[in-house]
Amino acid sequence: MKNTKEVVIEKSLFLIALSAIFMLFLIAIFIFKEGTPLIFKVGFKNFVTSSKWFPLEGQFGIFSMILGTLWITAGALIIGVPLGLSCAIFLSEFVPRRIMAILKPTIELLAGIPSVVYGFIGMVVLVPLIRENLGGPGLSILAGSIILGIMILPTIISISIDAIQAVPRSYREGSLAMGATKWQTIHMVVLKAARSGIVASIILGMGRAIGETMAVIMVAGNAVKIPRSILDPARTLTTNIALEMGFAAGDHRQALFATGVVLFIIIMILNIIANYAVRKR
Amino acid sequence: MKIVEKAIQEKIRRSNLIEEKIAEKKKQRKKKKSRQNLKMRKEIVFLILSFFLIFVSGCTKRSTITMAGSTAFLPFADQLAEDYMKKNPGVNINVQGGGSAVGIQSALNGTAQIGMADLVTLPPEANKLKKFVAANDAICLVVHPSNKIDNLTTEQIRTIYSGKIKNWMEIGGIDKPITVVSREAGSGTRSSFEDLMLKGLKLGEDAIIGDSNGTVRETIINDPNAIGYISHGVVNEKVKALKIDGIAASPENTVAGKYKLVRPIYLLIKTGAETYVRGILDYILGPEGQKTIQEQGLIPAKIYSKTK
Repeated sequence: MKNTKEVVIEKSLFLIALSAIFMLFLIAIFIFKEGTPLIFKVGFKNFVTSSKWFPLEGQFGIFSMILGTLWITAGALIIGVPLGLSCAIFLSEFVPRRIMAILKPTIELLAGIPSVVYGFIGMVVLVPLIRENLGGPGLSILAGSIILGIMILPTIISISIDAIQAVPRSYREGSLAMGATKWQTIHMVVLKAARSGIVASIILGMGRAIGETMAVIMVAGNAVKIPRSILDPARTLTTNIALEMGFAAGDHRQALFATGVVLFIIIMILNIIANYAVRKR
Repeated sequence: MKIVEKAIQEKIRRSNLIEEKIAEKKKQRKKKKSRQNLKMRKEIVFLILSFFLIFVSGCTKRSTITMAGSTAFLPFADQLAEDYMKKNPGVNINVQGGGSAVGIQSALNGTAQIGMADLVTLPPEANKLKKFVAANDAICLVVHPSNKIDNLTTEQIRTIYSGKIKNWMEIGGIDKPITVVSREAGSGTRSSFEDLMLKGLKLGEDAIIGDSNGTVRETIINDPNAIGYISHGVVNEKVKALKIDGIAASPENTVAGKYKLVRPIYLLIKTGAETYVRGILDYILGPEGQKTIQEQGLIPAKIYSKTK
């Protein structure tokens, strides 16, 4: 009697677990089914290396958007990683646990702010600041990078803290006993031991930065051109889809799905790297 | 020796006792927790059930008409639908955006009974639908109020939007770069603007893209060097609408055909579905609806004698 109950529960849990994977496959199949015909029609090389995007005239090239994505993501990492990492080190090594129990959830609250709010703040505060002090239209790669840099902070901080705290106490004690200073202990022993966890946090943050859409639409300017400086406006792959989805039909719509295919591939590669880095620990 | 051994044994006994006590306390805590968990679970189930109840109770049947499409006409359609529903409590009108392409598609496949589209040239598939012009919408070129320029010629607009002129100084303004703001490819406002103004010229690659009339306006408000184009209905006092070739985008000029940048707003209805939507259609095209349209800042399709 008990046995059948166990079996039923096990099987139903198995089904539920399968359904999650099934959904992933459905989404992947759908995106590829809708997007690949156009990639073959235009030619994959042409699609990713041409920067001419005139969807209504049948010219589909997303090179400038791939570049835009890379620029903005790189900028976000340049801003977010040093900030996030130093914050994680400070919180896990210098602050008493009791205070950290308050500070960490507060930082994680940052992740709960909707991205539209980030975008709006960026648009009315950051963009005019950039335009007045640095020139250019203000809506720029720099604005996008700063906003995304702040948005990926909670991911980087909380995962890095977990990685740093997982380093055994004996490592620190050993290092201090050898006469190393606290700083030497941190950057030569603790950070080295927690490296794979920190790398994983950065890659997850990068994934978030690449996938973010709404905030970027509002501050990056969305111009389709190859960016030449960080003060130039740029369009990312995700914002291209979100901007034009409502109006697209026919080939144009397929081209947006094809953009999704390219994005899907980029994010898959990143996830595989992240999984590899975590497993190595 | 013996004394020491005894003392050690005593200590071990005591520590064992303490451990037992701790273990017991932990057990008690666990019990409490599991009881709490059970309670929580019950509460969660209750919550979920009550949500379902709320949703089910909201789905009472009324005759429903869905309007979808043009984001430029959306606020007006909302207002019109609200007024109409006040007068006809039995009817429920659901207004959705999505853009002109969505308006045409959903009217064709029946997800919306009325599609709204704001294009100068409708795509060929729209020929299957019945078209009614609900209003005319002037597209205004807008700049920041601090901008000294009041008037641009068609040629100047063409050179600005194709990216040949990059500085306000070249057309008599201050020495500042022009931030050109446009809309995304496929937008009804953009294709109308390009059809009427650019006529084959390509948009300059430096142009910043806003994803709605509101976003473009917000960009202009925040940037003293920007120029953009938005629907006449969303122009407000925080931006300055420019004259084109000396003609302002007033309703009088538009109706008289003097102002060039005008596009019609179509209501698209599948042949055979007219009787179902007759009420709201007559209301929008009739004097009351047209009056609301005019009051809200659009240009009515028909001018009814002003006051009766």
